[in-house]
Amino acid sequence: MRPAISVILLTTLLGAGQGLFLAMVTHQTYAFAGVLSPEGARGLYGPAAAVALALLAGGLVASFFHLGRPERAWRSAAMWRTSWLSREVIVLPAFMGTVFLYGAAHLTGVNPVLVRLPGGAAVDASMVAGVAGAVLAFALFVCTGMIYACLKFLREWHSPLTVANYILLGTASGFTAAAALAAALAPGEAPFFAGWALVFTLLGALSRGASLVRNARLRPVSTLQTAIGVRHPVIRQVSQGFTAGAFNTHEFFHGCAASLVRSAKWIFLVAAFAVPAALAAGHLAGGPPALLTAAIAIQMAGLMAERWYFFAEANHPQNLYYQAVA
Amino acid sequence: MTQLALVIDLNVCVGCHACVTSCKEWNTSGEAGPLPDSRAYGEQYRGTFFNRVQTYEVGCYPATETVHFPKSCLHCEDPPCVPVCPTGASHKRKEDGIVLVDYDKCIGCKYCSWACPYGARELDDQNRVMKKCTLCVDRIYDASLPPQERKPACVMACPTSARLFGDIHDPESEVSRAIREEGGYPLMPEWGTHPANHYLPRRKTRVRIHADELERADNPLNVDRQQPRPAKGEPTLDDAVTW
Repeated sequence: MRPAISVILLTTLLGAGQGLFLAMVTHQTYAFAGVLSPEGARGLYGPAAAVALALLAGGLVASFFHLGRPERAWRSAAMWRTSWLSREVIVLPAFMGTVFLYGAAHLTGVNPVLVRLPGGAAVDASMVAGVAGAVLAFALFVCTGMIYACLKFLREWHSPLTVANYILLGTASGFTAAAALAAALAPGEAPFFAGWALVFTLLGALSRGASLVRNARLRPVSTLQTAIGVRHPVIRQVSQGFTAGAFNTHEFFHGCAASLVRSAKWIFLVAAFAVPAALAAGHLAGGPPALLTAAIAIQMAGLMAERWYFFAEANHPQNLYYQAVA
Repeated sequence: MTQLALVIDLNVCVGCHACVTSCKEWNTSGEAGPLPDSRAYGEQYRGTFFNRVQTYEVGCYPATETVHFPKSCLHCEDPPCVPVCPTGASHKRKEDGIVLVDYDKCIGCKYCSWACPYGARELDDQNRVMKKCTLCVDRIYDASLPPQERKPACVMACPTSARLFGDIHDPESEVSRAIREEGGYPLMPEWGTHPANHYLPRRKTRVRIHADELERADNPLNVDRQQPRPAKGEPTLDDAVTW
């Protein structure tokens, strides 16, 4: 498939935004349970939610550049019964609204206690928005992943690993972003986020590595024989029927050298996983906060390379019909 | 339930591209608006087509065969492009099984083209919506045309009658009979899309002629043997009669 910049930005920015929000909710839940000091990150939740919202809005804006008719985008909520894309279109604004309420509760201080648990613990409005937002964040990850995983003949994508990758890579980049923000706004809490960023980055490397191994072992189901229905082992296309370009020759192939695709794989393995994990570990071992800033910058670039490779690697069966111009 | 479809006879197709040009002509002048070509006379020109004729060489030289292969939307009975559409622009009509795009609802997200294993959909990059074969839905129901012309433009144009059009759910229709009796098959059956369009395979036509068909077995010459023929020097009929 041809990697579209709009979709690369959409999926990486949304993932980081969701992960950053989940990082805040995770910290707040720890604080709620009394594991962490509730005061440590009070000044972090609000600004981090604002950054998460900005990332989500950036992704939303990028998505419009993918559409031929962006002015009709409102129609895309219609088919949520069958289309994962439609479901994503519904979940994204709901999630953004929840992130807004969560951030507003922390930034304005209007955060009334809504429920008091039997043990005496006070559940405030931000906690409720946080839990609701966490559910929506996971729903959005599943929608984004399933958009690709549900296409059964794009076999590189048709796997539960695709959904797992979207969840883990988004969460990893979000926690790394949270660690970098915490280093600036609540330095005492930065190791908490850096620790989880390290865990999710390593889990993401495991899951993405598993999908790389799986995809390297795939054998094509469709062949030229099934494509035109001629049962002969030797078939060669002489002409695709036109010498001009067409949507079919442009949309479904990355158009780059195989060596570039191969190097993109190693670039993303290093930039999205190895380097950020090493930098987070370096911070945990007492390194300076600048390590975390470098980690998020490198990881986002690495994840964009990962998303480029994700599209370039997928081999659409329609390409069987477009092997020779004339 | 009706399922309109094309049945394309690869044994007959000569690869003349008449169906391609006829399709383009009809559908670019039709009620759904033009099928534009971008930079038609410039560099990197691109066009939107519903139908293409491709050519394949089967076998190793010198034992090769050329197969001309017309390719358009197969109007699958379980079309994977329909459920993925977020707006409902891509739909399959209940009454006749034609898969259509509502060009006024399409947002041009290209997701349906990703979901079609056959590459049957093409984005019109001037109108920025997805386009595909309509089975000439604006022609086959046109009561102002004589009944024999209420067929898709490609079927009307084919000089060798390689394209048949009809309802594959009616067991007595021309297309059903062709599929049943001449080995009609769908493309990429492995994906479970159940394409409505079928292809008829290449067939070798061999005539077996027995020796007794070349010469009449009951030829009286064989029964009675050769007529006696006078040797040279013997009197002939000319010697016996005077004219």
